[in-house]
Amino acid sequence: VTATDHGHEVDSLTDQQKLAYIAAQAADARVNLELETEGMTLNIGPQHPATHGTLRIVARLDGEQIIAAEPLCGYMHRGYEKLTEVRTYPQVTTLINRIDWLGSFANEVPFILAAEQLMEVEAPPRAQWIRTILFELSRLANISLFLGDLGIQVGGLTAGFYGFRDREYVLNQIEAVTGGRFHPNFDRIGGIKDDLPKGWIAETHAAMQKMRDFCDEIEDLLIGNEIFQARTRGIGVIPADVGLSYGLSGANIRASGVDWDLRRDACPPGFVYDQVDWKVWTHTDGDAFARCWVRMQEVREASLIVDQLLDTIPSGPIMSKVPRIIKVPAGEAYVATENPLGEMGYYVVSKGDLVPFRVKIRTASFNNISIVPWVATGVYVPDLVSILASLYFILGDIDR
Amino acid sequence: VRPLPPSDAPADAALPATTEGTEVDAVVDELREQVVAGFRQELGDAVLDAHVRPGHAAWVRVSRDAWHQAAEAAQGPLGYAFFDFISAIDWLPSPFGRDMDAQEDVVAAAADPAAAPVEADLPGPAALEHGYAGGETRFQLLASLYSIERGVGVLLKADVPDDDLRIASWSDLYAGANWHERETWEMFGIEFTGHPDLRRLYLPADFEGHPLRKDYPLLARRVKPWPGIVDVEPMPGSDDEGDADAEGGAA
Repeated sequence: VTATDHGHEVDSLTDQQKLAYIAAQAADARVNLELETEGMTLNIGPQHPATHGTLRIVARLDGEQIIAAEPLCGYMHRGYEKLTEVRTYPQVTTLINRIDWLGSFANEVPFILAAEQLMEVEAPPRAQWIRTILFELSRLANISLFLGDLGIQVGGLTAGFYGFRDREYVLNQIEAVTGGRFHPNFDRIGGIKDDLPKGWIAETHAAMQKMRDFCDEIEDLLIGNEIFQARTRGIGVIPADVGLSYGLSGANIRASGVDWDLRRDACPPGFVYDQVDWKVWTHTDGDAFARCWVRMQEVREASLIVDQLLDTIPSGPIMSKVPRIIKVPAGEAYVATENPLGEMGYYVVSKGDLVPFRVKIRTASFNNISIVPWVATGVYVPDLVSILASLYFILGDIDR
Repeated sequence: VRPLPPSDAPADAALPATTEGTEVDAVVDELREQVVAGFRQELGDAVLDAHVRPGHAAWVRVSRDAWHQAAEAAQGPLGYAFFDFISAIDWLPSPFGRDMDAQEDVVAAAADPAAAPVEADLPGPAALEHGYAGGETRFQLLASLYSIERGVGVLLKADVPDDDLRIASWSDLYAGANWHERETWEMFGIEFTGHPDLRRLYLPADFEGHPLRKDYPLLARRVKPWPGIVDVEPMPGSDDEGDADAEGGAA
């Protein structure tokens, strides 16, 4: 199967693709003179534990070494950019919830902020606080599963159970506020849907302590483990300039020494990160280990951010005055936020109608995975799994 | 850092207004004016138009021939190292008229004869309404770059004429442009000259058409209209009148 057939019958291929297929077969038959090994094409996925959905990777191998790797996406393309053009602004959040399904609430926020920017409304302080707390809880739910899943991918199954177990503490808190574990659909233009339930603040404090305990556990069990370090240290090194030109964002670029976090450096109005004492974690190595380590520190930091916000949350209304039927004035806005996976942005074009005229969804995983052909060239097959795991993507976040 | 509300403030005390939208609008956004000035200096007349929304973003529209030159300048002297995205906008009003819209929009359109459905034949260029920094053609390329040192981004636009949907590729400058250009090519049909590997990214090999063009029908919606406002329940505590009521303002 070639890189170009995209999962379809060979009959449906164009002549050009058939030629490419034949060329790939011929290349497979080529014998490496030095090692006397035959080249081969290894298909990974679309169903594979390392693919977080249905990413397919076609790797050309020379012995154990990858000489070219190409991710093939599109198995989950749902056409959200087209669908947003036929939905009203409040209806769009239901859709975009499903982009990064592990941190759903975080998907809604940049779109809502873009609409708020065009309408020139702002959520009241209490709503901004709750929004920021839920945004960070999404990050905790998302990345704690990443830390567990990391173990599964490099052969340490126990960490996976811990990740799934402890993520529940966060999901329970999200569910208590929004009513949904995975798809809250809770953010509104000009505020949020509901106020916090009784007793939630104390429960969330306890959950945050459990997340920090979870991080200690994962650090003992996985990050500090000799075998894990052997699988990740020095693997898949991405220099900062290469990462930037590919548009890598989030923990992936911070692990390459770029001290840049949209929450601190370009925070759109509507969040309250400036009310919190927190730090941005970076690492200088740029390898798979650095990316995992930075994410683990981010979980710790996020739990501390939530703790501080819970203590300072002001009282007051949770919705500002917004018309019942929302018409967004004509204009264009691009709002990007620091989502669990990296920079996520919505470019919204409005013509003053009830529906957006065009929405371009900039997702983190799309750029983060486009670097795979560059970073995987020359590595060994098991290292590809470490690299994919550490780059951390969600298929819905690539395909949209 | 914004000041915190005093701890003994009354329960409903609001924070000092943080509405950058209203406060900053009045002042000139020095940082983003400099962004525009930088491109004007590097590209000269190739910068056709520019727009700054103070406190939010800067748009620069360059000529099609200068698209690659704009990226060279952005990456080199202007220092926009971070590649954000490339996409396109189809400014054609939907030729399918109101059946592409929500049911509540249909109701609104019936009440307002001025918003009559657009005829099925494609409107000419005169019917196109462009956004910030203007435009002349139906298709417009859109790119976003960011400078981490200066903490500011720029949104670049370029017109691509209908009869020659080609523009220079950025993939030799920004490696990340490769996939974005492949996506834009299959979704809008804009060809990127000099792209090393312009193949489909998402769609099956035998797919026909360019789905994000406005004249590409969304068949699901053609078959069954979206219910829209029919599903909306009245907000608790608010009047049932559908007019410009505050939504849950008393919560």
